[in-house]
Amino acid sequence: MSHAVIIDRAVKTYGDFTAVNGISLKINPGEFFTLLGPSGCGKTTLLRMIAGFNTVDGGEIRFDDKVINNVPAHKRDIGMVFQNYAIFPHLNVADNVAYGLKARHVPKDQIPPRVEEALKMVQIDQLKTRKPNELSGGQQQRVALARAFVIEPSVLLMDEPLSNLDAKLRVQMRTTIKKLQRRLGITTVYVTHDQEEALAISDRIAVMNQGNIMQIGTPEEIYRKPANPFVANFIGVSNFIDCTIKAVKNSASVSLPGNYSVTIPVTKDYEGEAILSARPEQLFFDEAGIPGKINMSVFLGDFIQYEVELVTGQVIELNEYTKDVDNIRKDGEEVHISMNTNQVSLYEKESEEVLSC
Amino acid sequence: MLKSKKGQPFYKDFWFWVKILIFVVFLLFLVYPFYTLVVNSFYSSKADGFTFYNFTRFFTKKYYYQALGNSLKISLIPTLLSVLIGVPMAYLQTRYNIAGKTFWHVLIILSLMCPPFLGAYSWIILFGNAGIVTQFLSNLFGFQMPSIYGEGGICAVFTLKLFPYVYLYVSGAMGAIDRSIEECAENLGSGKFRRLLTVTVPVVVPSIAAGALMVFMTALADYGTPGILAGGDFRTLPTLIYNEYLSETGGNANLASAISMIIVIIALLILFLQKLWVSRKNYTMSALRPPQITEYSGGKRFLVTLPVAIVSLVAFIPQMVVVLCSFIKTNYSNFVFEEGFTLEHYAELGRSLTSQIQNTFVYSTIAIVFILVLGILMSYVIVRKRGKTGGGLDMLMMAPYVIPGSVLGLCYIVAFNYLGTTADGTVIKLTGTAAIIIIAMIIRKMPYTVRSGSAFLMQMDPSVEEASVNLGVSPMKTFVKVTARLMLPGVLSGAIISWVTCINELSTSIMLYTGKTMTITIAAYTNIVRNSVGTGAALASILTLTSGVLLIIVFRASKGKVSFV
Repeated sequence: MSHAVIIDRAVKTYGDFTAVNGISLKINPGEFFTLLGPSGCGKTTLLRMIAGFNTVDGGEIRFDDKVINNVPAHKRDIGMVFQNYAIFPHLNVADNVAYGLKARHVPKDQIPPRVEEALKMVQIDQLKTRKPNELSGGQQQRVALARAFVIEPSVLLMDEPLSNLDAKLRVQMRTTIKKLQRRLGITTVYVTHDQEEALAISDRIAVMNQGNIMQIGTPEEIYRKPANPFVANFIGVSNFIDCTIKAVKNSASVSLPGNYSVTIPVTKDYEGEAILSARPEQLFFDEAGIPGKINMSVFLGDFIQYEVELVTGQVIELNEYTKDVDNIRKDGEEVHISMNTNQVSLYEKESEEVLSC
Repeated sequence: MLKSKKGQPFYKDFWFWVKILIFVVFLLFLVYPFYTLVVNSFYSSKADGFTFYNFTRFFTKKYYYQALGNSLKISLIPTLLSVLIGVPMAYLQTRYNIAGKTFWHVLIILSLMCPPFLGAYSWIILFGNAGIVTQFLSNLFGFQMPSIYGEGGICAVFTLKLFPYVYLYVSGAMGAIDRSIEECAENLGSGKFRRLLTVTVPVVVPSIAAGALMVFMTALADYGTPGILAGGDFRTLPTLIYNEYLSETGGNANLASAISMIIVIIALLILFLQKLWVSRKNYTMSALRPPQITEYSGGKRFLVTLPVAIVSLVAFIPQMVVVLCSFIKTNYSNFVFEEGFTLEHYAELGRSLTSQIQNTFVYSTIAIVFILVLGILMSYVIVRKRGKTGGGLDMLMMAPYVIPGSVLGLCYIVAFNYLGTTADGTVIKLTGTAAIIIIAMIIRKMPYTVRSGSAFLMQMDPSVEEASVNLGVSPMKTFVKVTARLMLPGVLSGAIISWVTCINELSTSIMLYTGKTMTITIAAYTNIVRNSVGTGAALASILTLTSGVLLIIVFRASKGKVSFV
């Protein structure tokens, strides 16, 4: 049975430092939910609060209706995969996986088949009798995974489980984890600082910064419609261009450098300074547009990455797909830059609140 | 249910009780006795109430203050000499392909582990007034050896016995210097010798200081060596404590307490100075590439091996002499060696000294069980549950280095001589029991175990324990099933060293023993002091053999990675 995990104004402080600053969020049963943010943003602290390794200094954490603030870690019925796997070095693979079953007093005759099944699911059933020091990093990771879900926990927690693997294995394992999670339907809370990993694996993502949640949404929402410049910058690459706008009746006229102006759909009226955020692929070369010149180009196969210096001196990044053009522009070439106005984002300068729809 | 003010999960409270237990043990058997000693040193039968009489007496009577000077002399000189021998030895062993490197290393460790007075005794057999070498030289060449009795002899014995501390600390540090640092010095134009003086030695200065501190503390605290080699009226502070305590009737031992205070203050002062000096020079290093070992062959290799071999062998001579002597016939008074092989001394042990042998093994085994359990709990608390009490625990762990054995013995006598009277008039006391000797062993020898345990724990990832808790095993059970289980190999090497030093313990137990609770070490010591050399040698051989076997087990089990200091 998987549970909803409800975090209600949770607080964690270390002396004067607030690691988790009154965070609230609701994770649905069976959902794959990711806490994403730079190191020190409080994501691991929050995960360890759910696990019971950190105390909850304020607010509540509930599994469905049950408050678990003061339930000791070993009674929370949570599976956890640790960053460095935390395999018991003195037990072989099968005994590692059986450890949690024994603690739950599962009848003796049921343990071996359940261990076997779990190991099959992560494709290491042939390594049953190996000792941890005879396993590769990827294999240890699979043992850790099997050990965590074999107890059929109501919630599964993963703390940067892929960060110690090499790039290729990381991609392979994240597919394994995602498929496994779908099949078992366990509510999963996943912590990572790797935005690509978060986008690839999650149903929903909470982007965190300095103990606060910056945005919660599906990977697509977070990428397409970042709620503030922090998210726009942290997920993918964004160019921030200062501008002044006048917005009335859901439409803003935006004055950009070089006397160039565009019209962008917005959700509210506003007049004053603003930040326009555009991803490299949302920009293109156009006769009309912000004037500038090419500093450098990098050919990356399927696309070409340009570094363009605008008239204001600001340097921005622009991508062009190889299939759309016939040749690469030369360094020093004078260009004009325009943008896809339905895709870029607009924020108030002071409050950094989002204006675009 | 106990809960801290922040709503701490209550499972942490197991460690709360462990901390309480540890503090109670140390409070009862270290802090309280020491406190009693301090109080005691300010009272005297010669004056009413609180008085400085004992201290005034100490510093005005030459008989007493001379001992202070002597103690400083026989501690400082061996410390200097140990550095002069230990550092070059460490350099040769870590930088050249010495023939039989491991063998010499083990010899040096073995010579460190036997009680210091055995060294003194062996040197008497060889160089004493009627010693084998002395006789040989005077018969053949008419050459008169300088007397081994007195401060010269004591310094020589201490140096040979204690330089291994410097050697072990420094060779550990020199082996951990990354090759690139020295290569860099060379690259910048430093020759080999210049490099040694400007890079290698300065980098290991903290280790030299740590080794020197151990030499100083051990020499300052040792009772047996000056006890045997004093000759005439040469007194040191530990022998003075023992004599004063014996001469003072009524078990008040006020003057002995005052002398104990003085020795502890000196030790504290030296410890403080050492820390102060080293604190600004602490370089942590992990050698990714171990230092280059110069490969010599033929004559050059012989030349670098020779000094290592000579020093190691000379340091090991006492053990060999003792074992040899245990098989040599003595005349009926057991006084003088005659020619011929005999097992008589061992037969004598079987006849009259079985209880001492039994005591040694029973006491040290009981002590080691407590040391293991307390040591594992304590290293866990120090590393994982430091909190506000961690610093206090670290200090308690240093106490046995600062409080000499004979002082601790005196503390116990003063504190536990009278605990109360039962209804029928029997006096309840701890002194004279086996328990007090075992407790002293536990308190004094536990640091070895705690140190190896905490070093091991620092390397162990806490998430392994969290994984177990997360899988539904309570923290207390996790500690038993996972943590303690994983710590055991790491703690074991330290525990065996605790055990070896328990077996060889003399300075505390000599204050605390009675006829019934005598151990091999005490029997060997008293036999040697009484010149009953044959039996003494046989007893000492048993000690050497037991220590040697245990150490070889440690060495094998830890693949040479254990720290002996």
